[in-house]
Amino acid sequence: MVNGHNPFSALSRESENAPTEGKELRPRSCALRRNPNRSAAFPVSRRGVLSLGGAVLTGMMIAPRRAAAALSVDITQANVQPLPIAILDFIGSPGAADTARAITQIIANDLKRCGLFAPIDPAAYIEKIASVDAVPHFADWRAINAQALVAGRVVRQSDGRLNAEFRLWDIVAGSQLAGQKYFTTPDNWRRIAHIISDDIYEKLTGEKGYFDSRVVFVDETGPGQRRVKRLAIMDQDGANVRYLTRGGELVLTPRFSPSTQEVTYMAYGQGQPRVYLLNVETGQREVVGNFPGMSFAPRFSPDGQRVIMSLQEGPNSNIFVMDLRSKAMTRLTNTPAIDTSPCYSPDGSRICFESDRGGSQQIYVMAAGGGPAQRISFGEGRYSTPVWSPSGDYIAFTRIYENKFAIGVMKPDGSGERILTEGFDNEGPTFCPNGRVIMFFRDPGGNSGPSLFTIDITGRNELREPTPNYASDPAWSPLLS
Amino acid sequence: MKLVSIVRGIKFAAVAAAALAIVGCAKHADPNALAANGAAPGSQQDFVVNVGDRVFFQTDSTDLTPQARETLDKQARWLNQYNRYYFTIEGHADERGTREYNLALGARRAQTVRDYLVSRSVSAQRMHTISYGKERPVALCNDESCWSQNRRAVTVLNQSS
Repeated sequence: MVNGHNPFSALSRESENAPTEGKELRPRSCALRRNPNRSAAFPVSRRGVLSLGGAVLTGMMIAPRRAAAALSVDITQANVQPLPIAILDFIGSPGAADTARAITQIIANDLKRCGLFAPIDPAAYIEKIASVDAVPHFADWRAINAQALVAGRVVRQSDGRLNAEFRLWDIVAGSQLAGQKYFTTPDNWRRIAHIISDDIYEKLTGEKGYFDSRVVFVDETGPGQRRVKRLAIMDQDGANVRYLTRGGELVLTPRFSPSTQEVTYMAYGQGQPRVYLLNVETGQREVVGNFPGMSFAPRFSPDGQRVIMSLQEGPNSNIFVMDLRSKAMTRLTNTPAIDTSPCYSPDGSRICFESDRGGSQQIYVMAAGGGPAQRISFGEGRYSTPVWSPSGDYIAFTRIYENKFAIGVMKPDGSGERILTEGFDNEGPTFCPNGRVIMFFRDPGGNSGPSLFTIDITGRNELREPTPNYASDPAWSPLLS
Repeated sequence: MKLVSIVRGIKFAAVAAAALAIVGCAKHADPNALAANGAAPGSQQDFVVNVGDRVFFQTDSTDLTPQARETLDKQARWLNQYNRYYFTIEGHADERGTREYNLALGARRAQTVRDYLVSRSVSAQRMHTISYGKERPVALCNDESCWSQNRRAVTVLNQSS
């Protein structure tokens, strides 16, 4: 959508360790989708890198298999020992020293916060590496128990663009695991850091990362009786907060489109509260349909062509889907009950939602076209806000039992239920792009206000997400690149 | 907070009463037309203070309690007497539900009050409903003393009517 408004189209990437043209070993081909001018433009720097690539070619060729055996993080286990990793300060060219240092800090912060890595205190380093092209003295890094090493360089080029490159070394095997070079406009420097974090994460865990992503949420200020709520968007690590609405009207439950360029949310404008679409780059907004009752609980279909939502019909609420091109509205449920919080499975074939049709809020799954729904939640308490994980393996939910709000996950057939965190009031889970981390909000109630938290789907590593004010209703974007 | 709004209402009523007293002098109206608490009959303050603008619900329930029915009966009599008023029924929920469900619950509570008033011969044309879910609590604490005040439907007379 609207490529002209995509601020990231200038981002390009090269593989540094590719033996020939760097195509075969691209670790994340999807990161190249929006790349208009990869490689070719910088043959000189590329040649310089290639000579080193040749030097470590042997080790590199076998690195992936060795990594699987010797150096890898098993992220499926509940008790992961974080992998000790040395992250050297990126070397900055004149005029880029501050940026280089900041990029290093972002990478270290990303890797530390995800809970799978333990960055080593630089004071412990024995070897001082002065060049990103130098092969590390592996024994010095084994001596301080480092299992992986990241080194990098940031150069501000004469054309004004930023050139950031890094190498990831397997200290155990004594080989290079990854090497990448990125070019971008200077204002994208944070994204470069997150993309490098994703590269490292993927090389060491075998799964795609999630750091190059954003979160849309509701910023809350003012007293509890008259909260001012504004839509806001930020990077996944809490940086770059930008407000999308001014606070003059109550806004709730924003959710990203798969393109990450649009959000759908609910707002109190004139008359009944309604579902809106907002382009986060252009600020253009439109109402989704015009119904006699309230429309709420919107969410995009995985292809971004439809918005599924609840419509209030007298005392009841039912689920409908609107095709955004034809504006055709299709009814999916028709019950004398509250059916709400619908969410598609990632393949678009099914919908999970909550309903009190059986007497209390429970989670149901039905085909994307509607029809019979199967209840999947059978634990004690009320089950609410189901969201399907990006890979389809889990449904996360809010469970309310004896005034305690828990965030949990279960399989789409209702089996394997696990509670990740419990208290008052946890609500509104959203999955990160690779499904390993859930963000939610917690509101202690009273005169306080809500904050955002992240937790691993194993239930480990609960962390507060930094936001400038009270914050609620987070929704995680897909990967940006 | 309920107290605060009532106190504010009474203050407002006192101003209105003073204004009415002047008019009353000019027209030689009966000074006893003012209710004991100073709200002019038929005024918005009269509705809030002497009739009661809100009813309360049990947890996760949209059923009207006997007390709620009593209040709504009084509301219906008053609204039928002063039929120039258009009004909005706001449905609210306490904080112990998830956001979207509570929006639907608030809508259902507003609808319940609407249907009851219609059953007491108040014209549906004068009513509008809206749900605020748990977005506009009046009392802020983590126990039933606050939650019970927040589970409510409030009949708000339109200012312009």
